Amino acid sequence: MRPRHPLHPYLLLAPTLLLLGVFFVYPIARAVYDSFFAWDLLTPPKYVGTANYAALADSGELLAILGRTLLYSAVVVVGSMALGLALAVALDRPGRLYAFVRGAVFSAYVVSWVAVALLWMWLLDADSGLVSLAWKTLGGERIAWLGDPDTALLTLAAVSIWKITGYAMVVFLAGLQDIPKELHEAAALDGAGPTRRFVHVTWPLLRPTATFVATTSLILSFQAFDVVRVMTQGGPVSSTTLFVYAIYEQVFMNLRVGRASALTVVFFGVLALLTALQLLAWRASPKDPAEARR
Amino acid sequence: MIDEKRPISRAISGFVLGAVALLWVGPYAWMVLTSWKTLPEIVAAPTYPLPAALDWGAYEEVLTQVPIARYLGTTVLMASLIALLQVTLALPAGYALAKLRFVGKKWAFALVVACLLIPTQLTFVPVFALLGQVGLTNTLGALVLPFGASALGTFLVRQALLSVPDEIIEAARLDGASELRIVYGVLGPMLRPTLASLFLFSFVFHYSDYFWPLVMTTDDRVRTLPLAIALLREQGTGVRWHVVMAGNVLLSLPVLAVFAVAQRHILRAVTGRAGAH
Repeated sequence: MRPRHPLHPYLLLAPTLLLLGVFFVYPIARAVYDSFFAWDLLTPPKYVGTANYAALADSGELLAILGRTLLYSAVVVVGSMALGLALAVALDRPGRLYAFVRGAVFSAYVVSWVAVALLWMWLLDADSGLVSLAWKTLGGERIAWLGDPDTALLTLAAVSIWKITGYAMVVFLAGLQDIPKELHEAAALDGAGPTRRFVHVTWPLLRPTATFVATTSLILSFQAFDVVRVMTQGGPVSSTTLFVYAIYEQVFMNLRVGRASALTVVFFGVLALLTALQLLAWRASPKDPAEARR
Repeated sequence: MIDEKRPISRAISGFVLGAVALLWVGPYAWMVLTSWKTLPEIVAAPTYPLPAALDWGAYEEVLTQVPIARYLGTTVLMASLIALLQVTLALPAGYALAKLRFVGKKWAFALVVACLLIPTQLTFVPVFALLGQVGLTNTLGALVLPFGASALGTFLVRQALLSVPDEIIEAARLDGASELRIVYGVLGPMLRPTLASLFLFSFVFHYSDYFWPLVMTTDDRVRTLPLAIALLREQGTGVRWHVVMAGNVLLSLPVLAVFAVAQRHILRAVTGRAGAH
């Protein structure tokens, strides 16, 4: 439609574009700029060229952080998707009991990361946590789940899976709703059992939804921070220093804004790459599940 | 999927239901049960589920250690202001993007979509430096302003408005309604479900947020409840889990209550488009 006054559209958009510009676009540009300086927030910044990037690359720190974040994300995405899909299929039926259990699984996604992290720290407490004691009863050795560099990262991933499985589940449930009942009935009439119906009817029609869940939760897991900050503070011996926590450490513990900015720029590159993959995957799938849902 | 009539599949689905309930309801139950115990009880028999008596001592301890009311007040104020601002600003912006013709519209929309893909984990270092330079760190402004405009909200409102016929707006214009009156008085009420989803999702998200308040504040007067509860574990000698769990219950209850009442709205925001901030 034609605006009543040529300035109206700009005025209506001004507050939104201004805030988005200041808090989302400008920071990206500024991170690139700051990454060429050494700055401790107290004394004036000093131009150092690409020294920040070189230091991160040469020390092997960058590669270690990337690898760790990738491993954590892969475990979380695969785990939460597999569980979420299984739960969606198993719990997609009427009745209050099922609705309650679906709600309980999804509630973990809504509750604060802080609450989830503290709760699981108690359950996993090596000496008096319920999970640890159950493990001992089953004949396992004492494991300091969060205190051992070999298990800490996977433990964080497991807790994260517990938290976000509800997300995968509800998106899959919405996807299941889009599958016409007649298709299942027709397949059943043709003599297809539950397994064959899943393989030949449900899964092919659920693939776009799966792509959507995979890419969105991959990007979300890459941004994990709260669970690290509350449960391990990046330790033991940096075994859980994921990307965002590494940036946080550089600014707030080492007072190295330049180094943190360099990490931010690399992180931006990684996320841009993941987003590009996401768009490619969506384009390749027959329909955009996010559009279909609306 | 599973044939209801066969006893085996009924048994399997019953087993799955029980296992899932144990895995997801169990931890919550353990949290509440622990909060009713006393320290000697936990030390003596950490796995015995039931508290000897409903002991509210842990809650009293949380309330004397931490000014919960003030933290809760700050948190609810912050989350409400953010949600309110987002709805208020998304409506006119979404209207312009969905309904009005103007030069640069494509670019404006592209900017909104681009911001949809930028998480705050990417912006916090420069924003922290920027807010420090203008003296805004440690204020409510540092917690609210960066989220005042929501790319997701603007996008959702625009999508919803695309299906509203132009005639409604033309009729309102003929009646002499101003543009702002059309946006807030005519289109706002029509979009109530979308706006309710946006408001609730945003409120719940920011109420629970730990990351942003942690990096933007050091002053207790503007710190939020998740920070205070997380600190319960860090202070003192030896972790007093019954006290931490009591704090956890106090932190989670408001969100779970909102969730129980408005699950439908929150689900719409999540499944409509995910990865929101």
